[in-house]
Amino acid sequence: MPQLDLATFPTQLVWLAVTFIALYLVMALVGLPRVGGIIAKRRDRITGDLDKAQRMKAEAEAVIAAYERALAEARTKAQQALRETAERLAAEATEQQRKLAESLNAEIAKAERRIAEAKASALKGMHDLATEVAQVAAAKLAGGAVEAARVKAAVEAVLRERV
Amino acid sequence: MALELHPLEQFVIKPIVPMHIGNLDVSFTNSALLMTIAVLLISALVIVGTRREELVPGRVQSLSEIAYEFIGNMIDETVGEEGRQYFPFVFSLFMFILFGNLLGLIPYGYTFTGQIIVTFALAAVVFTGVTLIGIWRNGWKFLTFFVPHGVPVVLLVLLVPIELLSYFIRPFTLSIRLFANMLAGHTMLAIFGGFAASIGILGLLPLGLDVLIFFLELLVAVLQAYVFTILTCLYLNDAINLH
Repeated sequence: MPQLDLATFPTQLVWLAVTFIALYLVMALVGLPRVGGIIAKRRDRITGDLDKAQRMKAEAEAVIAAYERALAEARTKAQQALRETAERLAAEATEQQRKLAESLNAEIAKAERRIAEAKASALKGMHDLATEVAQVAAAKLAGGAVEAARVKAAVEAVLRERV
Repeated sequence: MALELHPLEQFVIKPIVPMHIGNLDVSFTNSALLMTIAVLLISALVIVGTRREELVPGRVQSLSEIAYEFIGNMIDETVGEEGRQYFPFVFSLFMFILFGNLLGLIPYGYTFTGQIIVTFALAAVVFTGVTLIGIWRNGWKFLTFFVPHGVPVVLLVLLVPIELLSYFIRPFTLSIRLFANMLAGHTMLAIFGGFAASIGILGLLPLGLDVLIFFLELLVAVLQAYVFTILTCLYLNDAINLH
């Protein structure tokens, strides 16, 4: 069996040592750090990309939130403006109504005063007429002049009774 | 019909460049040539194959990364974090044996892992290294490794020698397992090859068998490299963590 030929052992051991130590050194100093570096770099890149994606997603969410906040704000503002306008319009309408009512009331009062005046003057006219008629009638009936002041007093009394 | 079979001839060491240190014959031999080729191929795979440092690896770079992660995971699973400092050694050991086994399967190649002195030297390095690491890390506590826990004192008389024996037999089992697998496989290939060459048309049958055995040997080549390496990791775990 050639494997048990002791004479070949020194050369085999020497070359095994030389080649294996060379392999170990090359692997330990160059090869493995390089492969390990490549793998680590890829892992970093992947986690980096994932982080970036996460960050962008967060950013997008922030933008959406800001947009929604702005939207809600705008809506609130619009509602407020609407309400204010409605209130203002209502106040204006009330004011105008009040003014209108006031001016109408004034007109009414004026008209009433005018009516009262007209009525008073009409009544006065009627008194004078009645007094005149009564005076003429009394003169015709009694056949002589009747004192104007007494006629007037009598007419006044009668009218006060009737009216 | 002359049937001449020399199945062990393939293991003969043949000097290529004669060299001497004093009286010692340290010629560069066919075995040394294959060791050199193995080292060059592994270096090419790991260094030249990764020269572009691609983020998306090509075929050769993928192979390097797969080997790297395979051995890395093996150490992580068997030894744990502390085994990481021995990663370059374990990786070199695995690749050296794997390439030795695979290169041996190339016709007219040579199987240096089929040499008992080579496998024994590797196993002895592992054994010595692991034992030294065990003593260096644990001091006298390393001796408790040979005393099983929770066993009656009477049984210890029996068990401690068994533990010692099973420990010191490790370099032999480790080296003989690899050596014997390579020896048996290549001898079988040579015997069937010899039949195929010498019995004419009937030789197609052993030739077919040889092809099948070749595939089996491919499996064995990878498997034995794996077994050698994972046993090294398990021994390392024993030394570091003292089960």
